[in-house]
Amino acid sequence: MYMEEITKLICITCPKGCTLEVQRDGDTVLKVEQGCKRGHEYARRELVDPRRMISSTVKITGGEHPLLPVYTADAFPKPRIPDLMTALRKLGVKAPIRMNQVVLADALGTGINILASRDMPKLSR
Amino acid sequence: MPIKEKYDVVVIGSGPGGLAAAIEAKKNGAEDVLIIERDVEPGGILLQCIHSGFGLEVFGKDMPGPAYAQHFISDALTAGIELLLDTMVIDITPGRRIFACGKHGGLIDIQARALVLSMGCRERTRAQIRLPGTRPAGVYTAGTAQRWVNVEGYMPGRNFVILGSGDIGMIMARRLTLEGAKVEQVLEVMPYLTGLTRNYVQCLMDFGIPLHLSHTVNRIIGNKRVEAIESIQVDERWQPVPGTAQVVPCDTLLLSVGLIPENELSRKAGVKIDPITAGPWVDDGFETNVPGIFAAGNVVHVYDLVDWVTEAGYAAGRSAAQFALREREKERRHIPMIAGLNVRYIVPQAIDKENLKEGDIRLQLRVTQPLEKLVWIEISDGENSITRKRAPYARPGEIITLTIPQRAYDQVAKAGQLRVDVTKR
Repeated sequence: MYMEEITKLICITCPKGCTLEVQRDGDTVLKVEQGCKRGHEYARRELVDPRRMISSTVKITGGEHPLLPVYTADAFPKPRIPDLMTALRKLGVKAPIRMNQVVLADALGTGINILASRDMPKLSR
Repeated sequence: MPIKEKYDVVVIGSGPGGLAAAIEAKKNGAEDVLIIERDVEPGGILLQCIHSGFGLEVFGKDMPGPAYAQHFISDALTAGIELLLDTMVIDITPGRRIFACGKHGGLIDIQARALVLSMGCRERTRAQIRLPGTRPAGVYTAGTAQRWVNVEGYMPGRNFVILGSGDIGMIMARRLTLEGAKVEQVLEVMPYLTGLTRNYVQCLMDFGIPLHLSHTVNRIIGNKRVEAIESIQVDERWQPVPGTAQVVPCDTLLLSVGLIPENELSRKAGVKIDPITAGPWVDDGFETNVPGIFAAGNVVHVYDLVDWVTEAGYAAGRSAAQFALREREKERRHIPMIAGLNVRYIVPQAIDKENLKEGDIRLQLRVTQPLEKLVWIEISDGENSITRKRAPYARPGEIITLTIPQRAYDQVAKAGQLRVDVTKR
Protein backbone atom coordinates (compact mmCIF):
# COMPACT_ATOMS: atom_id res chain seq x y z
CA MET A 1 0.00 0.00 0.00
CA TYR A 2 1.28 3.44 -0.91
CA MET A 3 0.91 5.80 2.04
CA GLU A 4 2.32 9.22 1.35
CA GLU A 5 2.50 11.66 4.23
CA ILE A 6 3.83 15.19 4.50
CA THR A 7 5.70 16.22 7.64
CA LYS A 8 6.68 19.80 8.37
CA LEU A 9 10.02 20.36 10.07
CA ILE A 10 11.83 23.50 11.13
CA CYS A 11 15.44 23.22 10.02
CA ILE A 12 18.00 23.87 12.77
CA THR A 13 21.09 23.63 10.59
CA CYS A 14 21.64 27.36 10.35
CA PRO A 15 20.11 30.53 11.83
CA LYS A 16 17.65 30.94 8.94
CA GLY A 17 15.25 28.35 10.41
CA CYS A 18 13.55 27.29 7.14
CA THR A 19 10.36 25.25 7.28
CA LEU A 20 10.93 22.00 5.38
CA GLU A 21 8.11 19.91 3.94
CA VAL A 22 9.02 16.25 3.82
CA GLN A 23 6.98 13.85 1.66
CA ARG A 24 7.55 10.33 2.81
CA ASP A 25 6.29 6.80 2.72
CA GLY A 26 6.93 5.33 6.15
CA ASP A 27 10.65 5.70 6.76
CA THR A 28 11.41 6.38 3.11
CA VAL A 29 11.79 10.05 2.32
CA LEU A 30 10.45 10.77 -1.16
CA LYS A 31 10.99 14.48 -1.47
CA VAL A 32 11.96 17.53 0.62
CA GLU A 33 10.60 20.94 -0.32
CA GLN A 34 12.20 24.29 0.60
CA GLY A 35 15.57 24.76 2.23
CA CYS A 36 19.04 23.96 0.96
CA LYS A 37 21.11 20.82 0.48
CA ARG A 38 22.20 20.75 4.11
CA GLY A 39 18.61 21.22 5.17
CA HIS A 40 17.52 18.26 3.09
CA GLU A 41 20.17 16.08 4.72
CA TYR A 42 18.94 17.27 8.10
CA ALA A 43 15.32 16.43 7.23
CA ARG A 44 16.17 12.91 6.03
CA ARG A 45 18.03 12.16 9.23
CA GLU A 46 15.68 13.96 11.63
CA LEU A 47 12.83 11.57 10.81
CA VAL A 48 14.75 8.35 11.36
CA ASP A 49 17.72 9.20 13.58
CA PRO A 50 17.39 12.64 15.17
CA ARG A 51 20.67 14.08 16.39
CA ARG A 52 21.77 17.27 18.12
CA MET A 53 25.00 19.10 18.71
CA ILE A 54 25.50 19.05 22.48
CA SER A 55 27.57 21.44 24.52
CA SER A 56 28.22 21.10 28.20
CA THR A 57 30.99 21.38 30.75
CA VAL A 58 33.28 18.99 32.61
CA LYS A 59 35.18 19.55 35.82
CA ILE A 60 38.74 20.75 35.44
CA THR A 61 41.45 21.35 38.02
CA GLY A 62 44.41 23.67 37.75
CA GLY A 63 42.84 26.12 35.29
CA GLU A 64 41.40 29.63 35.50
CA HIS A 65 37.89 28.21 36.02
CA PRO A 66 36.46 25.07 37.69
CA LEU A 67 34.69 24.06 34.45
CA LEU A 68 35.89 23.34 30.94
CA PRO A 69 33.36 23.83 28.15
CA VAL A 70 33.12 20.83 25.81
CA TYR A 71 31.12 19.87 22.73
CA THR A 72 30.28 16.86 20.64
CA ALA A 73 32.48 16.58 17.54
CA ASP A 74 29.37 15.61 15.61
CA ALA A 75 25.62 15.64 16.15
CA PHE A 76 24.75 13.18 18.92
CA PRO A 77 21.81 10.72 18.93
CA LYS A 78 18.96 12.54 20.64
CA PRO A 79 17.62 9.63 22.78
CA ARG A 80 21.06 9.13 24.33
CA ILE A 81 21.60 12.76 25.40
CA PRO A 82 20.60 12.14 29.05
CA ASP A 83 23.14 9.29 29.27
CA LEU A 84 25.79 11.55 27.76
CA MET A 85 25.10 14.20 30.40
CA THR A 86 25.52 11.57 33.13
CA ALA A 87 28.84 10.46 31.63
CA LEU A 88 30.11 14.05 31.38
CA ARG A 89 29.16 14.74 34.98
CA LYS A 90 31.47 11.91 36.09
CA LEU A 91 34.37 13.19 34.04
CA GLY A 92 37.24 15.30 35.41
CA VAL A 93 40.26 16.63 33.55
CA LYS A 94 43.41 18.54 34.44
CA ALA A 95 44.77 21.75 32.95
CA PRO A 96 46.46 22.44 30.61
CA ILE A 97 43.95 21.56 27.90
CA ARG A 98 44.06 22.71 24.28
CA MET A 99 41.03 23.52 22.17
CA ASN A 100 39.70 20.48 20.29
CA GLN A 101 41.60 18.10 22.53
CA VAL A 102 39.57 14.89 23.05
CA VAL A 103 38.28 14.79 26.62
CA LEU A 104 36.08 11.70 26.09
CA ALA A 105 36.70 9.40 23.14
CA ASP A 106 33.92 7.41 21.50
CA ALA A 107 31.26 8.68 23.90
CA LEU A 108 28.85 5.83 24.86
CA GLY A 109 30.17 3.81 21.96
CA THR A 110 28.70 6.17 19.38
CA GLY A 111 32.07 6.85 17.77
CA ILE A 112 31.60 10.54 18.59
CA ASN A 113 34.37 12.28 20.50
CA ILE A 114 33.81 14.96 23.10
CA LEU A 115 36.17 17.89 22.50
CA ALA A 116 37.34 20.87 24.55
CA SER A 117 35.81 24.12 23.30
CA ARG A 118 38.77 26.28 24.34
CA ASP A 119 42.30 26.32 25.65
CA MET A 120 42.53 26.15 29.42
CA PRO A 121 46.13 26.89 30.39
CA LYS A 122 47.54 25.69 33.65
CA LEU A 123 47.53 28.48 36.21
CA SER A 124 50.96 29.26 37.57
CA ARG A 125 49.73 30.51 40.93
CA MET B 1 54.31 43.93 30.09
CA PRO B 2 55.32 47.59 30.08
CA ILE B 3 52.52 49.82 28.82
CA LYS B 4 53.51 52.46 26.30
CA GLU B 5 52.31 56.03 26.57
CA LYS B 6 51.05 56.09 23.02
CA TYR B 7 49.52 53.48 20.70
CA ASP B 8 48.42 53.53 17.10
CA VAL B 9 45.17 51.79 17.97
CA VAL B 10 43.65 51.14 21.38
CA VAL B 11 40.62 48.85 21.57
CA ILE B 12 38.35 48.82 24.60
CA GLY B 13 36.95 45.32 25.14
CA SER B 14 38.24 41.94 23.96
CA GLY B 15 35.01 40.36 22.81
CA PRO B 16 34.55 39.33 19.18
CA GLY B 17 34.22 42.95 17.99
CA GLY B 18 37.33 44.13 19.78
CA LEU B 19 39.48 41.14 18.81
CA ALA B 20 38.51 41.48 15.14
CA ALA B 21 39.18 45.23 15.19
CA ALA B 22 42.61 44.76 16.77
CA ILE B 23 43.63 41.99 14.37
CA GLU B 24 42.51 43.92 11.31
CA ALA B 25 44.13 47.16 12.53
CA LYS B 26 47.42 45.32 12.86
CA LYS B 27 47.02 43.80 9.39
CA ASN B 28 46.42 47.25 7.95
CA GLY B 29 49.63 48.78 9.18
CA ALA B 30 48.99 49.83 12.77
CA GLU B 31 52.21 49.09 14.62
CA ASP B 32 51.20 49.20 18.26
CA VAL B 33 47.78 47.82 19.03
CA LEU B 34 46.53 47.47 22.59
CA ILE B 35 43.33 45.85 23.84
CA ILE B 36 42.14 46.82 27.32
CA GLU B 37 39.89 44.20 28.92
CA ARG B 38 38.26 44.28 32.35
CA ASP B 39 37.98 40.48 32.69
CA VAL B 40 40.97 38.33 33.64
CA GLU B 41 41.02 36.73 30.18
CA PRO B 42 40.14 37.80 26.64
CA GLY B 43 37.06 36.54 24.77
CA GLY B 44 34.16 38.50 26.20
CA ILE B 45 30.70 37.00 26.52
CA LEU B 46 31.51 34.18 24.06
CA LEU B 47 33.36 32.41 26.87
CA GLN B 48 30.08 31.67 28.63
CA CYS B 49 28.14 30.93 25.42
CA ILE B 50 29.22 27.29 25.35
CA HIS B 51 26.46 26.25 22.91
CA SER B 52 27.29 25.85 19.26
CA GLY B 53 25.91 27.84 16.36
CA PHE B 54 28.75 30.29 15.93
CA GLY B 55 30.99 30.75 12.91
CA LEU B 56 28.87 29.65 9.96
CA GLU B 57 29.35 32.97 8.16
CA VAL B 58 33.01 33.60 9.00
CA PHE B 59 34.47 30.08 9.13
CA GLY B 60 31.82 28.17 7.18
CA LYS B 61 31.47 25.81 10.11
CA ASP B 62 29.50 25.55 13.28
CA MET B 63 31.42 25.88 16.54
CA PRO B 64 30.81 26.64 20.23
CA GLY B 65 31.25 30.21 21.50
CA PRO B 66 34.52 29.63 23.38
CA ALA B 67 36.04 27.99 20.27
CA TYR B 68 34.98 30.91 18.10
CA ALA B 69 36.66 33.27 20.56
CA GLN B 70 39.74 31.06 20.82
CA HIS B 71 40.48 31.44 17.09
CA PHE B 72 40.61 35.21 17.42
CA ILE B 73 42.46 35.17 20.75
CA SER B 74 45.16 32.97 19.22
CA ASP B 75 45.33 35.16 16.09
CA ALA B 76 45.61 38.31 18.21
CA LEU B 77 48.46 36.88 20.28
CA THR B 78 50.29 35.63 17.17
CA ALA B 79 49.92 39.07 15.58
CA GLY B 80 51.64 40.64 18.58
CA ILE B 81 48.65 42.57 19.84
CA GLU B 82 49.14 43.69 23.42
CA LEU B 83 46.51 42.72 25.98
CA LEU B 84 45.97 44.63 29.19
CA LEU B 85 43.70 42.38 31.27
CA ASP B 86 41.91 42.87 34.56
CA THR B 87 41.86 46.58 33.78
CA MET B 88 38.85 48.87 33.69
CA VAL B 89 38.75 51.93 31.48
CA ILE B 90 37.24 54.68 33.58
CA ASP B 91 37.41 57.67 31.27
CA ILE B 92 38.11 58.61 27.67
CA THR B 93 38.38 62.07 26.15
CA PRO B 94 37.42 63.37 22.69
CA GLY B 95 41.18 63.65 22.10
CA ARG B 96 41.45 59.85 22.56
CA ARG B 97 43.21 59.93 25.90
CA ILE B 98 42.34 56.89 27.96
CA PHE B 99 42.37 56.52 31.72
CA ALA B 100 42.16 53.04 33.14
CA CYS B 101 42.87 51.29 36.38
CA GLY B 102 43.67 47.77 37.35
CA LYS B 103 45.95 45.72 39.48
CA HIS B 104 48.76 45.99 36.92
CA GLY B 105 49.80 49.51 37.75
CA GLY B 106 47.38 51.88 39.40
CA LEU B 107 46.08 54.64 37.18
CA ILE B 108 47.04 54.18 33.55
CA ASP B 109 47.07 57.11 31.14
CA ILE B 110 47.38 56.23 27.46
CA GLN B 111 47.11 58.26 24.27
CA ALA B 112 45.57 56.51 21.25
CA ARG B 113 46.05 57.70 17.70
CA ALA B 114 42.80 55.86 16.96
CA LEU B 115 40.37 54.36 19.46
CA VAL B 116 37.91 51.52 18.91
CA LEU B 117 34.98 51.21 21.30
CA SER B 118 33.84 47.60 21.64
CA MET B 119 32.39 47.39 25.11
CA GLY B 120 29.44 45.22 24.08
CA CYS B 121 26.13 45.37 25.85
CA ARG B 122 24.48 44.70 29.17
CA GLU B 123 21.33 42.85 30.11
CA ARG B 124 18.17 44.68 31.02
CA THR B 125 17.37 44.03 34.68
CA ARG B 126 14.27 43.60 36.81
CA ALA B 127 14.32 47.29 37.76
CA GLN B 128 14.32 48.32 34.12
CA ILE B 129 11.15 46.38 33.33
CA ARG B 130 9.49 47.29 36.63
CA LEU B 131 8.39 43.81 37.69
CA PRO B 132 5.93 44.04 40.58
CA GLY B 133 5.96 41.83 43.67
CA THR B 134 8.31 41.07 46.53
CA ARG B 135 12.08 41.25 46.21
CA PRO B 136 13.35 37.81 47.16
CA ALA B 137 16.56 36.09 46.09
CA GLY B 138 16.18 34.04 42.95
CA VAL B 139 15.54 36.72 40.30
CA TYR B 140 18.48 36.85 37.91
CA THR B 141 19.25 37.89 34.38
CA ALA B 142 19.70 34.94 32.04
CA GLY B 143 23.29 35.92 31.26
CA THR B 144 24.25 35.97 34.94
CA ALA B 145 22.81 32.48 35.34
CA GLN B 146 24.67 31.45 32.17
CA ARG B 147 27.97 32.63 33.63
CA TRP B 148 27.32 30.71 36.88
CA VAL B 149 26.26 27.48 35.20
CA ASN B 150 28.78 27.42 32.35
CA VAL B 151 31.89 29.05 33.81
CA GLU B 152 31.75 29.12 37.59
CA GLY B 153 29.88 25.90 38.28
CA TYR B 154 26.89 27.05 40.31
CA MET B 155 23.25 26.09 39.75
CA PRO B 156 21.11 29.10 40.64
CA GLY B 157 17.95 27.06 41.34
CA ARG B 158 15.87 23.94 40.68
CA ASN B 159 12.57 25.09 39.21
CA PHE B 160 12.76 27.92 36.74
CA VAL B 161 10.45 30.28 34.94
CA ILE B 162 12.09 32.26 32.16
CA LEU B 163 10.71 35.60 31.07
CA GLY B 164 11.58 36.45 27.48
CA SER B 165 11.90 34.23 24.41
CA GLY B 166 15.15 35.78 23.23
CA ASP B 167 18.00 33.45 22.33
CA ILE B 168 19.74 33.66 25.70
CA GLY B 169 16.50 32.76 27.50
CA MET B 170 15.79 29.75 25.31
CA ILE B 171 19.39 28.55 25.34
CA MET B 172 19.42 28.77 29.13
CA ALA B 173 16.16 26.80 29.26
CA ARG B 174 17.92 23.94 27.45
CA ARG B 175 21.11 24.26 29.43
CA LEU B 176 19.37 24.18 32.81
CA THR B 177 17.29 21.20 31.70
CA LEU B 178 20.42 19.31 30.63
CA GLU B 179 21.92 20.08 34.05
CA GLY B 180 18.93 18.51 35.79
CA ALA B 181 16.72 21.52 36.59
CA LYS B 182 13.07 21.82 35.63
CA VAL B 183 12.09 24.75 33.44
CA GLU B 184 8.37 25.20 34.04
CA GLN B 185 7.70 27.62 31.24
CA VAL B 186 9.00 30.45 29.09
CA LEU B 187 6.88 33.60 28.96
CA GLU B 188 6.99 36.13 26.12
CA VAL B 189 5.15 39.44 26.28
CA MET B 190 5.15 39.81 22.48
CA PRO B 191 2.70 37.76 20.40
CA TYR B 192 5.68 36.22 18.58
CA LEU B 193 8.98 34.51 19.36
CA THR B 194 11.79 37.07 19.75
CA GLY B 195 14.73 34.67 19.29
CA LEU B 196 15.70 32.43 16.39
CA THR B 197 13.20 29.76 15.32
CA ARG B 198 15.85 27.07 15.45
CA ASN B 199 16.38 27.80 19.12
CA TYR B 200 12.65 27.31 19.72
CA VAL B 201 13.01 23.87 18.11
CA GLN B 202 16.22 22.67 19.73
CA CYS B 203 15.93 24.40 23.10
CA LEU B 204 12.22 24.32 23.95
CA MET B 205 10.42 21.81 21.70
CA ASP B 206 13.11 19.14 22.13
CA PHE B 207 12.61 19.23 25.90
CA GLY B 208 8.86 19.81 25.99
CA ILE B 209 9.23 23.23 27.63
CA PRO B 210 6.02 25.26 27.16
CA LEU B 211 6.24 28.72 25.57
CA HIS B 212 3.43 31.17 26.39
CA LEU B 213 3.27 34.07 23.94
CA SER B 214 1.52 37.31 24.95
CA HIS B 215 2.24 36.46 28.59
CA THR B 216 4.32 38.17 31.23
CA VAL B 217 5.07 38.05 34.94
CA ASN B 218 2.33 39.85 36.84
CA ARG B 219 4.12 39.63 40.18
CA ILE B 220 6.84 37.80 42.02
CA ILE B 221 5.86 35.84 45.14
CA GLY B 222 8.16 34.85 48.02
CA ASN B 223 9.98 36.47 50.90
CA LYS B 224 13.53 35.21 51.29
CA ARG B 225 13.47 33.19 48.09
CA VAL B 226 11.21 33.15 45.07
CA GLU B 227 8.33 30.75 45.80
CA ALA B 228 6.25 31.34 42.70
CA ILE B 229 5.46 33.86 40.04
CA GLU B 230 2.06 34.92 38.84
CA SER B 231 1.84 34.86 35.06
CA ILE B 232 -0.76 36.80 33.13
CA GLN B 233 -1.87 37.15 29.56
CA VAL B 234 -1.54 40.59 27.95
CA ASP B 235 -3.37 42.24 25.07
CA GLU B 236 -1.70 43.88 22.09
CA ARG B 237 -1.03 47.00 24.21
CA TRP B 238 0.67 44.87 26.90
CA GLN B 239 -2.26 45.41 29.25
CA PRO B 240 -3.08 42.43 31.53
CA VAL B 241 -6.19 40.50 30.49
CA PRO B 242 -8.38 40.16 33.61
CA GLY B 243 -9.01 36.63 34.78
CA THR B 244 -5.91 35.13 33.15
CA ALA B 245 -3.54 35.26 36.15
CA GLN B 246 -1.99 31.94 37.11
CA VAL B 247 0.38 31.12 39.96
CA VAL B 248 3.39 29.12 38.78
CA PRO B 249 5.46 27.64 41.62
CA CYS B 250 9.20 28.01 41.04
CA ASP B 251 12.33 28.98 42.98
CA THR B 252 14.05 31.04 40.29
CA LEU B 253 12.98 33.57 37.69
CA LEU B 254 15.37 34.31 34.86
CA LEU B 255 15.01 37.47 32.83
CA SER B 256 15.93 37.47 29.17
CA VAL B 257 14.34 40.78 28.35
CA GLY B 258 16.74 42.59 26.12
CA LEU B 259 20.25 43.93 25.88
CA ILE B 260 21.40 47.52 26.03
CA PRO B 261 24.64 48.72 24.39
CA GLU B 262 27.08 49.83 27.08
CA ASN B 263 28.00 53.41 26.23
CA GLU B 264 28.86 55.28 29.43
CA LEU B 265 32.43 55.72 28.15
CA SER B 266 31.29 56.74 24.67
CA ARG B 267 29.17 59.53 26.14
CA LYS B 268 32.13 60.81 28.14
CA ALA B 269 34.06 61.29 24.90
CA GLY B 270 31.17 63.19 23.34
CA VAL B 271 30.17 60.34 21.02
CA LYS B 272 26.70 60.90 19.59
CA ILE B 273 24.26 58.14 20.59
CA ASP B 274 21.39 57.06 18.35
CA PRO B 275 18.27 57.05 20.54
CA ILE B 276 16.84 53.99 18.76
CA THR B 277 19.87 51.67 18.89
CA ALA B 278 21.24 53.17 22.12
CA GLY B 279 24.63 52.86 20.43
CA PRO B 280 26.98 55.33 18.72
CA TRP B 281 26.04 56.94 15.43
CA VAL B 282 28.57 55.52 12.95
CA ASP B 283 29.46 55.96 9.28
CA ASP B 284 30.28 53.13 6.88
CA GLY B 285 33.83 52.96 8.25
CA PHE B 286 32.34 52.61 11.77
CA GLU B 287 33.74 56.01 12.74
CA THR B 288 31.65 57.94 15.27
CA ASN B 289 31.00 61.67 15.12
CA VAL B 290 34.26 62.16 17.09
CA PRO B 291 37.19 61.93 14.65
CA GLY B 292 39.44 58.97 15.38
CA ILE B 293 36.93 57.20 17.63
CA PHE B 294 35.42 54.10 16.06
CA ALA B 295 32.86 51.62 17.40
CA ALA B 296 32.05 48.01 16.56
CA GLY B 297 29.90 45.16 17.80
CA ASN B 298 27.05 45.07 20.28
CA VAL B 299 28.12 48.47 21.60
CA VAL B 300 26.71 49.88 18.32
CA HIS B 301 23.57 47.78 18.09
CA VAL B 302 22.69 44.33 19.38
CA TYR B 303 23.47 41.70 16.74
CA ASP B 304 21.84 38.29 16.41
CA LEU B 305 24.97 36.64 14.96
CA VAL B 306 28.51 36.93 16.28
CA ASP B 307 29.83 36.54 12.73
CA TRP B 308 28.42 39.96 11.88
CA VAL B 309 30.06 41.42 14.97
CA THR B 310 33.38 40.10 13.66
CA GLU B 311 32.79 41.68 10.26
CA ALA B 312 31.92 45.02 11.87
CA GLY B 313 35.09 44.72 13.97
CA TYR B 314 37.17 44.14 10.84
CA ALA B 315 35.72 47.25 9.21
CA ALA B 316 36.29 49.38 12.31
CA GLY B 317 39.84 48.03 12.69
CA ARG B 318 40.69 48.90 9.08
CA SER B 319 39.37 52.44 9.46
CA ALA B 320 41.14 52.88 12.78
CA ALA B 321 44.47 51.79 11.26
CA GLN B 322 44.07 54.21 8.36
CA PHE B 323 43.30 57.03 10.78
CA ALA B 324 46.27 56.14 12.99
CA LEU B 325 48.63 56.09 10.00
CA ARG B 326 47.43 59.54 8.95
CA GLU B 327 48.05 60.72 12.51
CA ARG B 328 51.52 59.21 12.42
CA GLU B 329 52.25 61.01 9.17
CA LYS B 330 51.09 64.29 10.71
CA GLU B 331 53.33 63.68 13.70
CA ARG B 332 56.26 62.85 11.40
CA ARG B 333 55.83 66.15 9.58
CA HIS B 334 55.34 68.15 12.76
CA ILE B 335 58.39 69.72 14.34
CA PRO B 336 57.85 71.14 17.82
CA MET B 337 58.96 74.74 18.49
CA ILE B 338 60.85 74.96 21.76
CA ALA B 339 60.96 78.20 23.76
CA GLY B 340 64.68 78.57 24.63
CA LEU B 341 66.65 81.24 26.48
CA ASN B 342 64.52 84.19 27.52
CA VAL B 343 61.56 83.02 25.41
CA ARG B 344 58.21 82.63 27.18
CA TYR B 345 56.29 81.04 24.33
CA ILE B 346 56.18 80.61 20.56
CA VAL B 347 53.15 80.44 18.28
CA PRO B 348 52.75 78.17 16.45
CA GLN B 349 53.90 75.51 18.91
CA ALA B 350 54.83 73.22 16.04
CA ILE B 351 55.33 73.53 12.30
CA ASP B 352 54.52 71.15 9.48
CA LYS B 353 57.92 70.92 7.82
CA GLU B 354 56.39 70.15 4.43
CA ASN B 355 54.78 73.60 4.46
CA LEU B 356 58.28 75.05 4.39
CA LYS B 357 58.65 73.75 0.84
CA GLU B 358 55.85 76.07 -0.17
CA GLY B 359 57.20 79.20 1.49
CA ASP B 360 58.52 80.88 4.62
CA ILE B 361 56.84 80.15 7.93
CA ARG B 362 56.18 83.04 10.30
CA LEU B 363 56.68 82.68 14.06
CA GLN B 364 55.62 85.02 16.84
CA LEU B 365 56.93 84.99 20.37
CA ARG B 366 57.23 86.92 23.57
CA VAL B 367 60.31 87.15 25.76
CA THR B 368 60.40 86.49 29.48
CA GLN B 369 62.65 89.40 30.59
CA PRO B 370 63.23 92.82 29.02
CA LEU B 371 66.65 93.24 27.36
CA GLU B 372 67.28 96.97 26.67
CA LYS B 373 70.32 96.24 24.52
CA LEU B 374 71.04 94.85 21.09
CA VAL B 375 69.82 91.23 20.90
CA TRP B 376 70.05 88.17 18.66
CA ILE B 377 66.86 86.25 17.97
CA GLU B 378 68.10 82.92 16.80
CA ILE B 379 66.43 79.76 15.48
CA SER B 380 68.49 76.60 15.82
CA ASP B 381 67.97 72.87 15.76
CA GLY B 382 69.33 72.83 19.29
CA GLU B 383 72.97 72.75 18.20
CA ASN B 384 73.43 74.46 14.84
CA SER B 385 72.04 77.85 13.94
CA ILE B 386 69.46 77.94 11.18
CA THR B 387 68.79 81.64 10.98
CA ARG B 388 69.05 84.69 13.22
CA LYS B 389 68.08 88.30 13.22
CA ARG B 390 69.11 91.41 15.12
CA ALA B 391 66.88 93.66 17.17
CA PRO B 392 67.70 96.83 19.15
CA TYR B 393 65.92 95.46 22.28
CA ALA B 394 63.43 92.78 23.42
CA ARG B 395 60.47 93.54 25.66
CA PRO B 396 57.79 91.15 27.05
CA GLY B 397 55.08 93.65 26.12
CA GLU B 398 55.99 93.56 22.43
CA ILE B 399 55.56 90.49 20.23
CA ILE B 400 58.61 89.54 18.21
CA THR B 401 57.93 88.26 14.70
CA LEU B 402 60.46 86.24 12.73
CA THR B 403 60.37 83.80 9.84
CA ILE B 404 61.84 80.42 9.09
CA PRO B 405 63.06 80.87 5.52
CA GLN B 406 62.03 78.41 2.82
CA ARG B 407 65.72 77.89 1.92
CA ALA B 408 66.28 76.31 5.40
CA TYR B 409 64.08 73.33 4.42
CA ASP B 410 66.90 70.77 4.21
CA GLN B 411 68.24 71.66 7.63
CA VAL B 412 64.78 71.90 9.23
CA ALA B 413 63.64 68.59 7.72
CA LYS B 414 66.44 66.79 9.58
CA ALA B 415 65.78 68.51 12.91
CA GLY B 416 63.87 66.78 15.69
CA GLN B 417 62.86 70.14 17.10
CA LEU B 418 63.43 73.86 16.53
CA ARG B 419 64.45 76.20 19.30
CA VAL B 420 64.41 79.95 19.58
CA ASP B 421 66.77 81.86 21.91
CA VAL B 422 66.82 85.59 22.56
CA THR B 423 70.26 86.67 23.81
CA LYS B 424 72.44 89.77 24.17
CA ARG B 425 74.67 90.53 21.22
